[in-house]
Amino acid sequence: MVRLTYQIAFTTLLSYGILFVFGKLRDLFDKLLDWSKSNDPQGYAPICYGFQDFYTRRMYQRAKDCGGRPIASAPDAWLDVIERYSNDNNKTLHRTERTTKCLNLGSYNYLGFAAADEYCTPRVIQSLKQYSVSTCSVRVDGGTTKLHTELEKLVARFVGKPAAIVFGMGYATNSAIIPALISKGDLIISDSLNHNSIVNGARGSGAAVQVFQHNNPSHLEEVLREQIARGQPRKYRPWKKILVIIEGIYSMEGELCRLPEIMAVCKKYKAYTYLDEAHSIGAVGKTGRGVCELLGVDPADVDIMMGTFTKSFGSCGGYIAASKEIIQHLKRTCPAHLYATSMSPPAVQQVISAIKVILGEDGTNRGAKKLAQVRENSNFFRSELQNMGFEVLGDNDSPVMPIMIYNPGKIPAFSRECLSQNLAVVIVAYPATPLLLARARICISAAHTREDLIKGLEVISKVGDLVGMKYLPIGPLNHKAKEFSKLELIKIE
Amino acid sequence: MASEIMNATANALVWISCTFDAPTRAVVFGVPIDGHLVVEVLLVVVILFQLTRKSYKPPKKPLSEKEIDELCDDWVPDPLTPQISEEMMVEPPTLESAAGPHAIVDGKEVVNFASANYLGLIGNENITDSCAGALEKYGVGSCGPRGFYGTIDVHLDCEAKIAKFLGTPDSILYSYGISTIFSVIPAFCKKGDIIVADEGVHWAVQNGLYLSRSTVVYFKHNDMKSLEATLEKVTSRSKHPEKVRRYIVSEAIYQNSGQIAPLDEIVRLKEKYRFRIILDESHSFGVLGNSGRGLAEYCGVPIEKIDIITAGMGNALATDGGFCTGSMRVVDHQRLSSSGYVFSASLPPYLASAAIAAVNYLEANSSVLSDLRANIATLLNELSNVPGLVVTSHLLSPIIFLKLKKSTGSDKTDMHLLDSIANQVLKEDSVLIVTTKRSNLDKCPLPIGLRLFVSASHSEADLLKAAASLKRVASLVLS
Repeated sequence: MVRLTYQIAFTTLLSYGILFVFGKLRDLFDKLLDWSKSNDPQGYAPICYGFQDFYTRRMYQRAKDCGGRPIASAPDAWLDVIERYSNDNNKTLHRTERTTKCLNLGSYNYLGFAAADEYCTPRVIQSLKQYSVSTCSVRVDGGTTKLHTELEKLVARFVGKPAAIVFGMGYATNSAIIPALISKGDLIISDSLNHNSIVNGARGSGAAVQVFQHNNPSHLEEVLREQIARGQPRKYRPWKKILVIIEGIYSMEGELCRLPEIMAVCKKYKAYTYLDEAHSIGAVGKTGRGVCELLGVDPADVDIMMGTFTKSFGSCGGYIAASKEIIQHLKRTCPAHLYATSMSPPAVQQVISAIKVILGEDGTNRGAKKLAQVRENSNFFRSELQNMGFEVLGDNDSPVMPIMIYNPGKIPAFSRECLSQNLAVVIVAYPATPLLLARARICISAAHTREDLIKGLEVISKVGDLVGMKYLPIGPLNHKAKEFSKLELIKIE
Repeated sequence: MASEIMNATANALVWISCTFDAPTRAVVFGVPIDGHLVVEVLLVVVILFQLTRKSYKPPKKPLSEKEIDELCDDWVPDPLTPQISEEMMVEPPTLESAAGPHAIVDGKEVVNFASANYLGLIGNENITDSCAGALEKYGVGSCGPRGFYGTIDVHLDCEAKIAKFLGTPDSILYSYGISTIFSVIPAFCKKGDIIVADEGVHWAVQNGLYLSRSTVVYFKHNDMKSLEATLEKVTSRSKHPEKVRRYIVSEAIYQNSGQIAPLDEIVRLKEKYRFRIILDESHSFGVLGNSGRGLAEYCGVPIEKIDIITAGMGNALATDGGFCTGSMRVVDHQRLSSSGYVFSASLPPYLASAAIAAVNYLEANSSVLSDLRANIATLLNELSNVPGLVVTSHLLSPIIFLKLKKSTGSDKTDMHLLDSIANQVLKEDSVLIVTTKRSNLDKCPLPIGLRLFVSASHSEADLLKAAASLKRVASLVLS
């Protein structure tokens, strides 16, 4: 939950207002000075006109160098950021040959599998030599290799479900599975802060979509009761089935979902559940099995569990784990299984090796050490940041921690100043977050050592003082909670 | 009795007319109040009273909590999946080696016609070496979307290489073949735009068209007259041509039929009616044209005339992922508004380096294209007289599409026949060919059939074996 005071809201809106006015002035001068020039040939409507890309041209472009920074090494704990320069106010950015070694607090590398690993990489290269880079074929034709079947069995065992199916891209998993299970006449109830892939999948299915307040089981119950009682709008027939979609860790908030309460509500009203564990599988839980293990929910209760291999396993792709019937049905109907090239065999081998390390089946206890390391690192970093006075979101044990910035002037300042002090951070603003709630997002990895984290904290503290981001009083949060009643507080959920 | 009633009525009538004609009793504000005025005022008051009354509606009672509880208890949801029948439990063949022209499937060696390995790059040493180097340096995954430190120098090199190869200003990489087209279309086509698409496009294109929420009109598969008529109809109906964006969506080689789109015709029509073209070159990039630059080179059309070209790299380039290319404006626009680019992790770096190596190989050895063309010609020649099946793909298409000469009338029985042909060919003669499998979400109306993917590295013996086996099994099954 974000504590946005009136003072901060006013100054942020004022900054956006000034940027808007300047943007409009520039547009006006553009039109006056270049009115005869037109990029598009005669008779064609422009690709984007008028206000549609105003935000991109006049606001995002000022901070364009803070996003999309290319790197020249693996996205490990330390990486080499390639320096870029621009001669025309960020319209075009040019690469140089120079690189800067920076501490990486932005990549999704929770267990440290991003770079070459002593157990995984030799096996990956061996599978490359045996199966080649790609099978050039879809799974149902000639693209299923022994590795794919092995991975599906291993994922099912790891997650705790009877069967699983894997795909080559996490985003396409959501967009292609949801239409295969849900169609017209069904209802999807999804959390208000769900990821774009879920929104696209829900839209592509043709079903009705309702949204419930983020992480609020009582509002979910209200919505369910109303929808079941009312039935389909205009047709007055009952819904054929209802699917509730939630995520394990919400990547922009860093908080865990309230899984036990939501599961209780869904069970009571006979709704099916779909849990997207993109950020939580492999990163939370005692043995890395995700939010179900952390929060004590039986995996058999969740109907469909989805996850990706990009974050904790250092590979690419996604999976769905569910009952045997659902998986068999998906294998016959899911378009991503029938039409998309199968997952590249070296990437499959990387996931198999990574899961074996996590489970301890490689003969060492590196997996358990990594899991303990990432948990310890996240909790340490979060408590230190809160002690310094930053407004940090998210729950304990979650390796994702957003730090609120709010003001558009501070966003590129924070990012550029950190880079000049060799710290690579990620900043997120509109449209990925609401307009007033821009933030910097830190992702902690098991590959970070204690010295790395202390250096990161030093730099963030210095830059935070320079930029003015320490909105909360210094010291542990509990003691100062009472003083907030003096300021006018708006809670934005 | 009757006369008394008549008297009473007559008296009443007389009384009423007297009231009407009564002399003025009062003068209010200079207006003499006659008797009839009182009656008229009363009537007006009654009319106004009725008008102000609400019309009759049955009273709406909201459901009580107990009633909602009962409804929720009574409601029974459908099961998530339908019943699984025996035939749905069939597993596809499992490869135990690389998917080259000869592969090991379920323990024995087969001739592989199921991989779209057109240039024979699977197992190529250069590509494997460059991948191994990339794996050692960068690991497997890129751990982040392009905007958050997921842009690795190999991605930028790959984009520059592809743009240089095709002769366009820039290109943009996507991390999955099918997600390319269904992210590109919604990035450019919004609600209110008009799209004219071929009815035989594959599922990813259909999904992109659906997600874009534009008005989609289909024209008959690969029929230029139908395209012209549709364009004519759509432009005559359109009210504000300067504000509405219009697109023609087509594939270069259709994977549902093996036909090749006549690009020069389409470009002529596009210029006449002011449309933009979105062309999906997944199966023609690296295959058509003297140097493999795709359909534009084959038809002699300058590349600038095609607005947006997309392609999946899982076919000729033997890697994974996809790219999109066009003018600078087209490519720049996608970097912020294409959902498959912004919200998804980027392509693993070793696949990007494999793509660079593949394009380098194609530039250095363009003779592989003539090998591929010779193989296609040989196989087509051999397959011209298969009993019961007819070839419907184009002469230059590396996907050879065979459909049943006489359909049984139901898709299910057709599928049965084709499946049994494919299974027997695999079991008895060790040749792996595939049938077209359609998802129930796919709305393509074209007939299903058998597909053979020809590669430049197939030997003549392989082709003859496949043709002979197919002829033998087809005559057994379809007689």
